[in-house]
Amino acid sequence: MHFRSLLQAIAGNGHCCNTEHVYGNDFNVPDEVAGAGLGAGAPGGPSHLLDEVAAAERALREAGAARVADPGVAADGDELLRYFDAVIEADQKIEPRDWMPDAYRQGLIRQIAQHAHSEIIGMQPEGNWISRAPSLKRKAILLAKVQDEAGHGLYLYAAAETLGVSRDALVELLLAGRQKYSSIFNYPTLTWADVGAIGWLVDGAAIVNQVPLCRCSYGPYARAMIRICKEESFHQRQGYEILHTLAHGTPGQKAMAQDAVNRWWYPSLAMFGPPDADSTHSQQSMTWKIKRFSNDELRQRFVDMCVQQASVLGLDIPDPDLRWNEQRQAHDYTQPDYTELMRVIKGDGPCNRQRAAHRHAAHADGAWVREAAAAYAAKRNAPTTKAAA
Amino acid sequence: MSETKKEWPLWEVFVRPRRGLAHSHVGSLHAPDAELALRNARDLYTRRQEGVSIWVVPAAAVVASSPDEKDSFFDPAADKVYRHPTFYQVPEGAAHL
Repeated sequence: MHFRSLLQAIAGNGHCCNTEHVYGNDFNVPDEVAGAGLGAGAPGGPSHLLDEVAAAERALREAGAARVADPGVAADGDELLRYFDAVIEADQKIEPRDWMPDAYRQGLIRQIAQHAHSEIIGMQPEGNWISRAPSLKRKAILLAKVQDEAGHGLYLYAAAETLGVSRDALVELLLAGRQKYSSIFNYPTLTWADVGAIGWLVDGAAIVNQVPLCRCSYGPYARAMIRICKEESFHQRQGYEILHTLAHGTPGQKAMAQDAVNRWWYPSLAMFGPPDADSTHSQQSMTWKIKRFSNDELRQRFVDMCVQQASVLGLDIPDPDLRWNEQRQAHDYTQPDYTELMRVIKGDGPCNRQRAAHRHAAHADGAWVREAAAAYAAKRNAPTTKAAA
Repeated sequence: MSETKKEWPLWEVFVRPRRGLAHSHVGSLHAPDAELALRNARDLYTRRQEGVSIWVVPAAAVVASSPDEKDSFFDPAADKVYRHPTFYQVPEGAAHL
């Protein structure tokens, strides 16, 4: 029960799905919002998001009972496609061994892989602070959070593998820099307050992006996302607690918290990807029910959630133009610098090279463990093989 | 990357959430042998006490019914509505039936 209470706040890790050329939800569905449960304008935000994860899980269980309309016999040989469309139309899930269009398969592999890579690279900025966290409690919590991120990477690689790609192949693509990860992890964690700001803002932005993926039409991805969203629900709250503690500490601590928020605010807004007008609208992704909301729509939700939370912290959001717009029933805010976003994605961020170098080193350093384990397994299997021969 | 390697085999993981419930499939993982598959499954799928028992099964050992989830394999059951109690009309007045 104690742990359950920790789960009251939803959080994401600092990773969202990479899609076409970035990692946001670069598609457009302005009208599908109503009743979808993201809680537009809801002051609490997080608990609504958690409700949405639970609702997605219920929907996933119930969807199986829905009847898929019989597409009938097609003379043109398009029966498979028609059945695929009918399953999606009925809000049922596509499962690994179902026939699916190649573009659906390839698009999902890319999106899930880049999401997985983000989880793996996302361990670095916070891992940087495990040994320097200010108390044993904070160290233990941060260690658990970073371990979760590794786990989430593994769930996602496993989901991608159901589509016919091997994990080793995906790892190679990451190491070779041929697949991307969320650009947010190319920013440095300069102070302890950054760990708090990542939890509150980066995890907060990620969860706004990730919760709708719990309803993705591909079964293994939807199931992985439900698991991830539930497990990550402590991350955002722990970050918020760190900032709250600092903001109510000494003037120096409060200044450190404010500085972290100042540096992480705009990169967090950029996590949602380019504005709708400039993004690749994946109409297909929408039709296939892989994604459901536009970049700007999710970004707006995130801003609206953060304003109230910042006031409780007693910290300022670094945007002089941030104000409530009565007419729109939403906050007006300054857009992040999308030129910077593109530059960081292309490799020229503060830490791109460092992140890649660290991943390479970790992979190389682990080689002897992988080899030893494989050798041991081979040795243990050897006698029976020989006996049979 | 330079290592000459073969990918570790894939294992399917089943977790019994608590006594009285059946093991359910929760996902998969790679491990060199059964022992490490169990340990990795514990670390990956039961970090929050999600289970009291774990099965790991080599994915290659799973025999599945049909190439997709829609198959004539299950069709014979479709026209046997008489297997359900609701098929029968209970005469007026018959109790405990």
